[in-house]
Amino acid sequence: MIKTSGLSKKYNDKYVVKNADTFFPLGKVTSIIGPNGAGKSTLLSMASRLTDSDAGQIIIGDIPLDQWDSSELAKRLSVLSQSNNINMRFTVRELVTFGRFPYSQGRQTEEDNRIIDNALRQLDISHLQERYIDELSGGQKQMAFIAMVVAQDTDYIFLDEPLNNLDIKHSVDIMATLKKLADEHNKAIVIVIHDINFASCYSDNIVAMKQGEITKNGSVDDVIDEQVLSEIYEIPFKVQEIDGNKISLYYRR
Amino acid sequence: MKLIYIFAALLLVFLAAFSLSVGVADFSFSAVLSGDSHATNILLSSRLPRLLAIILAGAGLSIAGLIMQQIVQNRFAAPSTTGTIDWAMLGYMIALIAFSDMSGWVHLLTIFAFSVFGTLLFVRFLQRLKFKNTVMVPLIGIMYGNIVSAFTTFIAYKYDLVQTLGSWTVANFASVLRGNYEFLYIALPVSLLAYAYANKFSAASVGETFAKNIGLNYQRIVMIGVMLVAVLASSIVMIVGMIPFLGLIVPNIVSLFIGDNMSRNLPWTAYVGVVLVLACDILGRLIIFPYEVPISMIISILGGAVFIYLILRDKSNA
Amino acid sequence: MRSLLSKTILNLWSRHSSKQNAMKSDTTKLIVLVVFTVAICVLFLGKGLTPDNYQFFLSRRIPKVLAITLAAIAIASSSLVFQTITANRILTPSILGFDSLYVMIQVLLVVSFGGFSIVIINSQLNFLIATSIMVVSAMTLFHFYFSGRPRNIFTLLLVGVVLSSLFSSVTGFFTMVINPDEFSFIQGSMFASFNNINSELVYWCLIPISLCSAYLFKLSNKLDVMWLGTENAKSLGVNTHKLTMQIMFVITIMVSISTALIGPILFFGLIVVALTRQLFSSFKHRFLIVASAILSVLMLAGGQWVVENFFDFNTTISVIINFVGGSYFLYLLMKNKFD
Repeated sequence: MIKTSGLSKKYNDKYVVKNADTFFPLGKVTSIIGPNGAGKSTLLSMASRLTDSDAGQIIIGDIPLDQWDSSELAKRLSVLSQSNNINMRFTVRELVTFGRFPYSQGRQTEEDNRIIDNALRQLDISHLQERYIDELSGGQKQMAFIAMVVAQDTDYIFLDEPLNNLDIKHSVDIMATLKKLADEHNKAIVIVIHDINFASCYSDNIVAMKQGEITKNGSVDDVIDEQVLSEIYEIPFKVQEIDGNKISLYYRR
Repeated sequence: MKLIYIFAALLLVFLAAFSLSVGVADFSFSAVLSGDSHATNILLSSRLPRLLAIILAGAGLSIAGLIMQQIVQNRFAAPSTTGTIDWAMLGYMIALIAFSDMSGWVHLLTIFAFSVFGTLLFVRFLQRLKFKNTVMVPLIGIMYGNIVSAFTTFIAYKYDLVQTLGSWTVANFASVLRGNYEFLYIALPVSLLAYAYANKFSAASVGETFAKNIGLNYQRIVMIGVMLVAVLASSIVMIVGMIPFLGLIVPNIVSLFIGDNMSRNLPWTAYVGVVLVLACDILGRLIIFPYEVPISMIISILGGAVFIYLILRDKSNA
Repeated sequence: MRSLLSKTILNLWSRHSSKQNAMKSDTTKLIVLVVFTVAICVLFLGKGLTPDNYQFFLSRRIPKVLAITLAAIAIASSSLVFQTITANRILTPSILGFDSLYVMIQVLLVVSFGGFSIVIINSQLNFLIATSIMVVSAMTLFHFYFSGRPRNIFTLLLVGVVLSSLFSSVTGFFTMVINPDEFSFIQGSMFASFNNINSELVYWCLIPISLCSAYLFKLSNKLDVMWLGTENAKSLGVNTHKLTMQIMFVITIMVSISTALIGPILFFGLIVVALTRQLFSSFKHRFLIVASAILSVLMLAGGQWVVENFFDFNTTISVIINFVGGSYFLYLLMKNKFD
């Protein structure tokens, strides 16, 4: 598991994240939700060591983050950030191969190749593996990046808005894959997500943030609640249960 | 607010008077007032032209920087970071070699043609650039300028003018005399034009789509901006030399205090530019009196420091 | 009819762009380049040799070819890895102001000790002074820069630009006050040339350049990961901050040595890297470093060959490089090939 306590980040004396205590267990999907500027991405990038924190502690496994060796940590924790601008022509397979870098340092073995094949199959993009990344659609490209993270085979996987700009089918495919990684491979998945209905349908836990602070942290039932959501987003919410999923309605005010 | 205007005016008058009184030649205001013809002569042929040149160059280059920042939509754009100055220098070199016996107007026109071409080339490039990192724009622009100035150096090398070129590039107001600085007056009509176009430049600075939405001809505004910048830069390069960073830092300092509305900023930008150049010029004259440190060296240090500060305070680059 | 045609073209294209073919053609191209490079070096060394004169000619030509090779390798690999860690295709290490620092050092030496003093006449001493000042000042800057919290490398580059402009102003100022005889020496230092290479110096440079190249080779797998951007590289366990520092360290040494050895060549690195990227499709630094180095040797030696055989000796290699390189840069800018 990953635990953060009192995690804070300031830009020019203004707190972007303040005193964040979180807990990301193995085998669970945790979603971080909240309005724009709530500090979701900053929290995610601090917990996944992309950004340094100004205060607080992060414990990964049983070891504090700053005591981890960076190449060892890459075998336990991976993170996919929001914008992936690459000005190099890679094929899908080459990209996914980078996921094995922490293990093979660029010289992959048969074992690595097998894992890469698996990752491609899991995301259902085996048929694209010789295509160049810049020839793919946005959804296919995102699948390729997620396949890279899957090939990295870490216990903890952080994703910053993995559904950004994707169509409905790709969104569902990606969320189902992430859920499966948590359920069947016992991974801890942490995502920043804007669509609260996706969060509700696929998460185990939800962290709700507003203005840099965590306002609610608990199970889907705790957070997907009319009053909680109305307070966070400052608009009226209706929550209905459909086929066992809690669906929020907020389109008309 | 009134107080600020009075203070600003006083500061300018004080600096101007101080600038007039500094120099090797024996000179005092009381001598001029008492009708000493020698002192009057110094004032009219050397001191006053120098002061006017400083005012025109300081204001002109700062306004050029402001226009450039609006049309390129980048805070770090200025004639010295978009290749304008370097193209002007190349034009100057070519004018002196090819049209050495022709009038100054021919020279100015050549320089102008070169700087318009070079600046437009870069602006067009930036317009097509998909990924615009704020800091990348000045970096590419400086690289671009370096390349152009390498051409200039080579022409100089061919004609055995490298040392002469070196002294042209160094900005210096010491050589300004009555009769050799008057091209700088071009800055006056250009500044008025820039003021008239200020709102359109502001609209262009929001972006091409926005400018088109409110019914403006975006490319034409950019073209006008480039031409204004090129005229200012050309006359200054020809008469004074290269003053690094001035066009970059002055508009940024002004916008720190009063925001980004161009028609309000423009007079202040001109004012701050004048005061800064005036102060630096006085400093350069005093440091190793009776010799002079060229103003480009002082502005390099001061302007460079401000430039670095501006970048470091921008949290997105930290 | 039209769709058939476009389908055929598409097929041809996709066959052409398939990975195996691309790799195969990369290797073929590299072999061709090697052949050309060896040929030009042999031409250089062997032109007009007879059993009587070979000792004299070789003793002058070997250092020259070696100097070309070393400078070419240093410029090509430093520019390549610089573009990788700064994630751009336009900048080269010259933006850090090594050229203007070098010229300023020479000007200051002339001003303080005179144009005919030992620090100017003795090229080994001059080399030692110039390189050590460049390396030490760059290291001081990097140390100050990297020792705090991690910062964006672009701000470092801008600091370099600012300093470079300051150096140019200082140079310009002293150029005005210096007498024309002494200036002729400075003018020599402003332009790259292989015509007055000190042979002993070349052998000195062999060791640091080889060490730097080997070090880059060692880091090449990590550099590959940098193609994915800083955040992905961090996620894959690369300490990007440390890697940037290591690379900047190597670049400093390579650029300082090549500048002091042959003089400033501003955009040569830019042309070589841009051409390497156009010619080869590989993204592996292990391959790209070698390929760009060979291309670089070929171009520099070829350029020098052209200069010596078709132009008068007065035209230094800088002329060719600046004109060809500058035009090529402007062409890329106009065609928008940098994205």
